[in-house]
Amino acid sequence: MSTVADNFLKMFRGGTGGNGSHRDAQHRAQRHSTALNEFMRAIAHEESLCILDLGPTSANNIALLTDRGFQVYTEDLLTSAADPELMIKDELGNTTIDIDRFLKENLAFRGQKFDAVLLWDVADYLPEVLVKPVIERICSVMKPKGILLSFFHTRDAGPEAPYCRYHIAGQDSLELQLVPKVETNGATEERHYRLQRVFNNRHIENLFREFASLKFFLARDNLREVLVVR
Amino acid sequence: MEPVKPLDSRQVANIGKSVVIKGELSGSEDLYLDGEVEGNIELNGNSLTVGPNGRVRAHVNAREVVVNGHLDGDISATERVELRKSAVLVGDIRTQRIMIEEGASFKGSIDVQREGKTEPKRGTAAYEPAGAAVSQK
Repeated sequence: MSTVADNFLKMFRGGTGGNGSHRDAQHRAQRHSTALNEFMRAIAHEESLCILDLGPTSANNIALLTDRGFQVYTEDLLTSAADPELMIKDELGNTTIDIDRFLKENLAFRGQKFDAVLLWDVADYLPEVLVKPVIERICSVMKPKGILLSFFHTRDAGPEAPYCRYHIAGQDSLELQLVPKVETNGATEERHYRLQRVFNNRHIENLFREFASLKFFLARDNLREVLVVR
Repeated sequence: MEPVKPLDSRQVANIGKSVVIKGELSGSEDLYLDGEVEGNIELNGNSLTVGPNGRVRAHVNAREVVVNGHLDGDISATERVELRKSAVLVGDIRTQRIMIEEGASFKGSIDVQREGKTEPKRGTAAYEPAGAAVSQK
């Protein structure tokens, strides 16, 4: 049973020196998604929906959704969470994230409400302290009966499960792309996000307890797909 | 990085990378901006190109906007907006056409207004799953 990680690890093992990572970032792995199919069906016959994409910027997704007449809001949540300026010391002197500041600077939509949200697998990679506040904030900015698409890695995915950009390639298909190298202050910095946790079904139900309903889809590549209704 | 040229070679005002401007910037010609601007930029009927060193904290009104550097502000472009791979944009975009190169970073909303498009009616995605269930492929 191949996993998403397997597909990308094959690229790493087969890569050549300097161009290996660049080539890896260009390569896209195909993936069927039943939950995406249901998500796309739900939005298909609606006009002018407002959709929030919380994964890494995907020109693909923006083009596809705006072509359908939707207003798209995009926010790369994980990159924002990695901002070093968010780091503070708590009462015990441990380094932690300033949650209040994070929520002030991110997921702040000036009253805008969303019909649909693409959370992808961001929750698996978010720092622990942000997971619950982020989901609560998403709940508050979604319209009733709005839908949210989210993926969660299963235990078999392993801690090296790569963080990917998800491109909507069709009604029920995705293209996964490794998050590429990022230039920071003139130096090339390779950003690797590590899987922070594995949610089980109960954890996921608890996470979305303020929502109306959930539907789970278990896929062969150890990625649990969840469609949530506000 | 290959050199970035303004959109065409007609009259183009140029703000170099060492220039810092605070205030309202307006004009009736195309603008290539590689410095720092804080305020508002009004170029109705003309184009704005933000160079790779450009640091803009301003709302922009123009015919076309091409971003290679940093822009923090809303863009209203009557024709198109282009975000090149080195672009970092935080703000809302309202335009007819948008092109985003792979690698560009964008945080904000996009409202594509096609020519002749009427004011849309807002709907809500209605999805009624048959309760929580585990469905296996």
